[in-house]
Amino acid sequence: MSQFGPKVSNSMRLRGGGLPSSWVIQIDPRARIVAAFLFACSVVAMDGFVALGCALLTSVVLLVSAGLSGKKTLKKVMAMDGFIIFMLLMLPFTTPGEAWFNVGPFTATKEGVYKAIEITLKANAVVMTLLALVATIDAITLAHALNRLRVPENLVHLMLFSVRYIDVLKQEYFRLRTAMKARCFQMGNNLHTYRNVGYLLGMLLVRSIERSERILEAMKCRGFQGKFYLLDDFHFQRRDRLFSLLSFFFLLFLFTLDSYYG
Amino acid sequence: MDKLIDLQDIHFAYPAHEGTLKGVNFSLNAGERIAITGPNGAGKSTLFHIMVGLNKPNQGRVMAFGAERKIEADFKDVRRRIGLVFQDPDDQLFCPTVAEDIAFGVFNLGHKKDAAMEMVDRTLTHLRLNHLRDRATHNLSGGEKRLVSLACVLVMEPEILLLDEPTNALDEETQERLIEILNNLPQALVIISHDSHFRRKVTTSYLSLENGILVKPAPKCLHAAK
Repeated sequence: MSQFGPKVSNSMRLRGGGLPSSWVIQIDPRARIVAAFLFACSVVAMDGFVALGCALLTSVVLLVSAGLSGKKTLKKVMAMDGFIIFMLLMLPFTTPGEAWFNVGPFTATKEGVYKAIEITLKANAVVMTLLALVATIDAITLAHALNRLRVPENLVHLMLFSVRYIDVLKQEYFRLRTAMKARCFQMGNNLHTYRNVGYLLGMLLVRSIERSERILEAMKCRGFQGKFYLLDDFHFQRRDRLFSLLSFFFLLFLFTLDSYYG
Repeated sequence: MDKLIDLQDIHFAYPAHEGTLKGVNFSLNAGERIAITGPNGAGKSTLFHIMVGLNKPNQGRVMAFGAERKIEADFKDVRRRIGLVFQDPDDQLFCPTVAEDIAFGVFNLGHKKDAAMEMVDRTLTHLRLNHLRDRATHNLSGGEKRLVSLACVLVMEPEILLLDEPTNALDEETQERLIEILNNLPQALVIISHDSHFRRKVTTSYLSLENGILVKPAPKCLHAAK
């Protein structure tokens, strides 16, 4: 273990991350982002189980063909499900409609159960598609692709700066923690701990602001005038056109399915 | 037991780096004042971190205060008795005000508020830093930060003081003050310093960390030999 604590995370993967190559990863990032976005919008608008089941199946197929590690991906999907699980459990008992079964004094309705299943299908389909298509793009490429897709520049630069400085912040945090440890600090459930962890976070904030001012000054010294220049080389190739076309027809197919069986 | 610290054949390597320390032997007796020099990245700070258990050696024994120290729990006691002043005062100072930062260590030792504040004031008076008591730590000057970070450690009344390049970026006046403070302390000292003037004034002997081992440097010129 280095003096900066555990090795820097790779949650923000930078360029050159050793991802296994699959056809999904070779598709132009812009096509993947747009496809994932349209897929998410469409799925949210649908309500038939057949179409939603089909969408979920597609997202699983995408996930598998992206060649991601099953265990990690499952963990991420579970994390999302963890957020909505309470809502899903409450829904059958709070939606008005035809009574179906009782749990203690509470009555579940058919409508509520259907609603809960629908939301589960939608949320999982969208998250898995995002994991397969968008999360496989490294953070810097993603920002560049968003820039090319005319996402406001300020947002793109905010993202790029976060990627650049998140590890600097992390290292600063670990240096402070080490120094606290050297002065016999132990975490505990007491006021002393809360106060000093608060100070620690506050100091990180103050230093980040000061650092950002220094960075801006250094940028100004190099002639910064509020304009960034992004260098990238995206090539929209035949396979990207093919992918876009396929995605488009697939979404059309889903909508047709939805209106027939919805 | 005379030896306060006794490092025996310490080997240490950071992950994915070749060995930093390759068999360091070092001992410190009560009242001794030793300076350590060596090129940048030689592992001097790492050596300090090993003494207080922030890094664990891959091989070798760390003896402190007459007992071998191996696991984290052993070092809790060691950190009470060895005060480490970090190279960058900003690493150490994180509380809003100077007084709170100095009190932090005292609270960690389990003192009550009244006793702690009294110790803080005594230390501030001792170092003649009373005027900084309620200042915000992050906008002190470099020299003030250095002296406050020293106060933060001294207030815990350690038996040994480890200073990592304490004269870095200090003006001459602050440096003289630091020398005066250090020379009036009863503690055993180990100082990492590249400043030969400072070393001569504060320490009595010096060692060099080269190629992963501590050696007694040969005098480079006739003046130094005297």
